[in-house]
Amino acid sequence: MHLSPTLRISLLFLVIAIAALFFADIAITTANPWRDLGRFFLGVATPDFFSTEGLATALLRTVAFAFVGVALGSACGFLLSLIYRFYPVRIFCAFIRAIHELFWALIFLQFFGFHPLTGVLAIAIPYSGIFAKVYSEILDEADPGPARLLPPGTGIISTFLYTRIPDCWVQLRTYTAYRLECGLRSSAILGFVGLPTLGFYLETSFSQGLYSQAGAMLILFYVLIATIPLWVKPKLLPVYILGAPFFLGDGMPIVWGNVARFFTQDIIPAPLRDGEGLTELGAWFSDLMLTEALPGIWNTLLLTQIALVATGILTLLAFPLISNHFGGPIRRTSGHVFLVIARSTPEYILAYILLQLWGPSMLPAVVALALHNGGIIGHLIGRQTNTIQLRPDAPTGYRRYSWELVPRVYRSFLAFLFYRWEIIMRETAILGILGIYTLGFYVDSAIQQIRFDRAMVLILITALLNIGIDILGRYIRRKLALQTMPTC
Amino acid sequence: MAMSYIREILLSSLLALTSFAVSAQTFVFTAIPDEDETKLMERFQGIADYLQEELGVEVRYIPVKSYAAAVSAFRNNQVQLAWFGGLSGVQARSLVPGSQALAQGVEDVDFYTYFIAHKSTGLEASDTLPEGIRGKTFTFGSKGSTSGRVMPEHYIRQTFSEAPEDVFSRVGFSGNHTRTLRLVEAGTYEVGALNYAVWEKELENGNVNTDEVSVIWKTPAYPDYQWTIRGDVDARYGEGFTDKVRQALLNMDDPELLESFPRSGFIPTANENYEPIRSVAEQIGILD
Repeated sequence: MHLSPTLRISLLFLVIAIAALFFADIAITTANPWRDLGRFFLGVATPDFFSTEGLATALLRTVAFAFVGVALGSACGFLLSLIYRFYPVRIFCAFIRAIHELFWALIFLQFFGFHPLTGVLAIAIPYSGIFAKVYSEILDEADPGPARLLPPGTGIISTFLYTRIPDCWVQLRTYTAYRLECGLRSSAILGFVGLPTLGFYLETSFSQGLYSQAGAMLILFYVLIATIPLWVKPKLLPVYILGAPFFLGDGMPIVWGNVARFFTQDIIPAPLRDGEGLTELGAWFSDLMLTEALPGIWNTLLLTQIALVATGILTLLAFPLISNHFGGPIRRTSGHVFLVIARSTPEYILAYILLQLWGPSMLPAVVALALHNGGIIGHLIGRQTNTIQLRPDAPTGYRRYSWELVPRVYRSFLAFLFYRWEIIMRETAILGILGIYTLGFYVDSAIQQIRFDRAMVLILITALLNIGIDILGRYIRRKLALQTMPTC
Repeated sequence: MAMSYIREILLSSLLALTSFAVSAQTFVFTAIPDEDETKLMERFQGIADYLQEELGVEVRYIPVKSYAAAVSAFRNNQVQLAWFGGLSGVQARSLVPGSQALAQGVEDVDFYTYFIAHKSTGLEASDTLPEGIRGKTFTFGSKGSTSGRVMPEHYIRQTFSEAPEDVFSRVGFSGNHTRTLRLVEAGTYEVGALNYAVWEKELENGNVNTDEVSVIWKTPAYPDYQWTIRGDVDARYGEGFTDKVRQALLNMDDPELLESFPRSGFIPTANENYEPIRSVAEQIGILD
């Protein structure tokens, strides 16, 4: 039987995910998951906007950290994109973006402590790596024509500013604005490790079962994201960017000695620090690999593969919700609301909520990853179907879905899915902090034991794993000739 | 375009210059987040006000999200005093030479861990750790907790000669003692281990559904919580500052403040008193 390459790869991933299910820990362990879920939705339905006095401040800080972090990341990313053709720069950028914002925050917390710089750098560093890559891709696609028409002797900078930038300006701007939305999500979750953003208060309310407070925070966060087009205007941008640094809050002063200590002592493997030999170092490393790294890698891979396929299935189910090719406006409006909520809620927060409600296992993580990522891809695919013109006599209902629309969007669906493969893995690793036994669990344990040497090795392994998946994902996309635009 | 980047570069230098408003003379302390945050804020805001009055310097409490964050803040000299658990205190003092355990609660000399179980397990109170907990689901408190992690793990290993992961069908870390109580009460985990003082306080306040959850074993006594101060505070806040802080803690007699811990009072202690915790933590492999 002949199968198309896209179908073959889909089936292969489906089989892997089903096999992974047999090894994964999927369970609802709470005695009364539905009662808690009911209480949560009741809380969201009866939000209490006035209980926490810090709520307004938290929102302000969330916005401030996002602006400063994204602005800094975009500036550095732009500079890096100019030299992105050099191989070491590519490697460097791939490396810094392979480490999740929360991991960066955990690292900076150890020596900057609760200084605003911790949060700013945690966003700016990985974002620089992403901006560098995407900006350089955009710049590469600029039309070389205008540059050839310039008189000889025109300076490189003038050429660049007057021929390349105008051609890419709209794309650069669109992408940067889009990243700002991602930055708001990143900024919010930094609160979970102690920075003064929304996550800080969300965690407090949730862990105490104060669902009306938590509901209020979530609603405000959705409103904040949904109204971005209203309050982020090009003319106001300089005001925001210059003003934001003043609203980061007063942290604790930086003690520079701590920075030196971190790099010269804390992260040096214990056997080397204590002057022991290579044998001890080998024993230390193999112990770390066997007891933490390997189980962590295994669980991270299992969860990633299950979540990837779950995301795919959810996307295929969700995109008709906002597609013009089906039914009435009520369905489309509620579809839009559902997808906006799904994609605006960071996976970390979704997973946190579901873990509280269902108890610890991989299930809440799978559902959270599928909802968030399925929300993003479903939205993009749904919009894409709206550009498709069907014949007037095209079939309707399920037939229209399966014979007309899915085949037409399947390639870009796969492209998005494989693009997000690496993003899903990065998130999977980080969800370990919440108690699922992925790499993040072991990183968090090492940090709780003040063993930063172990934590750094594990973060490094996580980064390498992400880079590996990124390369594999790109290889598959190239093999299948799938093209996509970047998402976050 | 170029302008916006110049602006952004300006911004980054601005960021570096912005000063952050903690005066050099503010005395800052923190505490391990072992209970619900609302309770911690209430308790330690009271302590901050009390200390400020007694010490004559500005005193500020900063909340943290993890035990390790409390230790790191202490180590990095961003806080000078901390209310630590047994293990976090040992970690902090070994990282900051010259720091000392100042005072402990009267109850902390002989502290206990309670093992609690959901009624569905059918487990009853007993004099030893019941064999019947094998195969159940189990939750510790925080990964860095003494009464919620170190000591219970020690007794589990001693009883079963196996690691907790091998004894139980599922092992989790709830995060803090209040959450351990709530999770076992709700049946999310069948068995859990927590700080006895938190249990007693919640029980007294009527916040425990005793039809759902009960204590099945009480560990032998061990030393726990203490106030630990950095060794360099005298140089920074003036000669005799350490003694002043110790005296202020020992003199604390406001029943409401003490009740919030809950402790009946504070007594002097010393670093050596926590040696047993160090050796247990080393045995179970969470301390080098």
